Amino acid sequence: MAWLDSLSPQTQFVFFTLLKIACVLGPLLTLVAYAVLAERKVSALIQDRVGPNRVNLPLIGSIPVLGPFLTKLGFWHPLVDGVKSFIKEDFTPAHVRKIYFWLAPAISLVPAFLVIAVIPFGSTLGAQKMVIADLNVGILYTFGIVSLGVYGIVLAGYAANSKFPFLGGIRASAQMISYEIAMGMSVIPVFLVVGDLNLGKIIEHQAQNGWNVLPIFGGGFSAQSLLLIPCGVISFLIFFISALAETNRLPFDMAESESELVSGYHTEYSSMKFGMFFIGEYANMFAGAAMMTTLFLGGWTLPFLGLDVAPADGEWWKGLLHIGIFMAKMLGFMFTFIWIRWMLPRFRYDQLMDLGWRRMIPLALANIILTAAVLALTNR
Amino acid sequence: MIVKRNELTWFERLYLPALIGGLKVTSRHFLNTLTTKTPVTQQYPEEPTKVLPGYRGAPYLVRDQDGATKCVSCQLCEFVCPPKAIRITPPGPTGKPADRTNAEKMPEEFEINMLRCIFCGLCQEVCPEEAIFLKSDFSLTGLARSEMIYDKEKLLALGGTHPGIQKWKHKLDEAKEQETFPVKV
Ligand code: SF4
Ligand code: SF4
Repeated sequence: MAWLDSLSPQTQFVFFTLLKIACVLGPLLTLVAYAVLAERKVSALIQDRVGPNRVNLPLIGSIPVLGPFLTKLGFWHPLVDGVKSFIKEDFTPAHVRKIYFWLAPAISLVPAFLVIAVIPFGSTLGAQKMVIADLNVGILYTFGIVSLGVYGIVLAGYAANSKFPFLGGIRASAQMISYEIAMGMSVIPVFLVVGDLNLGKIIEHQAQNGWNVLPIFGGGFSAQSLLLIPCGVISFLIFFISALAETNRLPFDMAESESELVSGYHTEYSSMKFGMFFIGEYANMFAGAAMMTTLFLGGWTLPFLGLDVAPADGEWWKGLLHIGIFMAKMLGFMFTFIWIRWMLPRFRYDQLMDLGWRRMIPLALANIILTAAVLALTNR
Repeated sequence: MIVKRNELTWFERLYLPALIGGLKVTSRHFLNTLTTKTPVTQQYPEEPTKVLPGYRGAPYLVRDQDGATKCVSCQLCEFVCPPKAIRITPPGPTGKPADRTNAEKMPEEFEINMLRCIFCGLCQEVCPEEAIFLKSDFSLTGLARSEMIYDKEKLLALGGTHPGIQKWKHKLDEAKEQETFPVKV
């Protein structure tokens, strides 16, 4: 690595950042594809079905046990789905507003990837921190970007120039704006406890003082950590529900609601443009899962076996393990998302708004006060 | 009937009981399907569908036990067919005679357009000769529209023999009996 050391620090920084972007985007897109497969398989299992089990690749399929097993697992379906969405006809209906029609899929795709940039997905590997952009205002940035996500949907609804997408767009805008408030308020207790906006610092704090969702887990028993349990649980639940709403997942998939609005905001889309909405939705889910892992479940740390501190020099296996822990937590959340989708029916629109404005926002406000009171009482 | 709607208790309004119930049901199904491997899915092309009696599949012409065409070209089915899927060319005065006794004629050509057929079964219902039956075939495919028009040969081949009553057989016997004029006691 002599040539690397000969570079100036700035060039090194650029090099490593680009490398990290590549190393995050590639697996993320793969994960998105396989999340779709997981969605289909889990739904199949919940509904006593078999699920996708057809695609067979010529060479690998003829390996005795492995080939048929992978086929049964539906392992190659994401591949074929991807190819399919590229080679399908990309049809633009005559009545759409072209510029917005083209813009909307991109706008709904980009924010999800931008959010991933600030997530610390591991401790360190060598001298590199496992986060693309170590921002001091990590969460503010996230909320800023996440709120851009709604534009993709609203624009798609507007651009399609027909009633179902339009209704989907309207619903999405109202829903996402309301739930963003609840979401933003639900993380304020986390800031109060941690006292920092940097996501890396939040993880560090959780490694020392216990996970934010359950401060006695990892933080040991003290008056403060015991009193903070309800605060942590409430803010976690509100964040989780808002995340479902923000990512347009059932039971809050008002924008899509295929049984009412055909397919909601992407009714008029086909081929890869539809695929981009799809990828955007799942990437958003991953972003939400990663945020929850970071904010509430201690990110890449585990409070035992010394896994809660950044590895020392030469302990690269520990760095990899940290990435693995982060992935496991995130995938757990993904599974929960999927599970919930196949469990709960869709909320009615007024119930959704009622839950957002009259239940969750007041609860989140009360939780802020409660947390502040606990912190003040236990002297911090 | 008037269904009494009970007010929800505050606990129920928390949405939690419904949530927990849902979690229980879905996880039970998930684990059962994962472990005992009894999904309800029928893997169609590998596992053939069982066709139950009375199923109305594709209409085919049938032959009788002696291998003779049963259809007498009366064109009732052509007339009754709602989507006009059947087209019959009668033999005319100079056509080939019927290949069984006691039938005046048989169709020169008999075509069913399987793309038009709605499998209603009216042709089977109306046929005075029990010459056309809706069999159990349900997946008819072809590479061109012309392939989907089944002609007489094909219909007879697909229909096979129908070992049912031969309507005119005993009439023939009766007629023969009358010639010898047996005295029945
Ligand atoms: S089944 Fe009905 S539609 Fe089909 S050929 Fe017979 S009468 Fe016509
Ligand atoms: S199939 Fe039956 S109804 Fe149709 S022409 Fe022949 S004898 Fe008549």
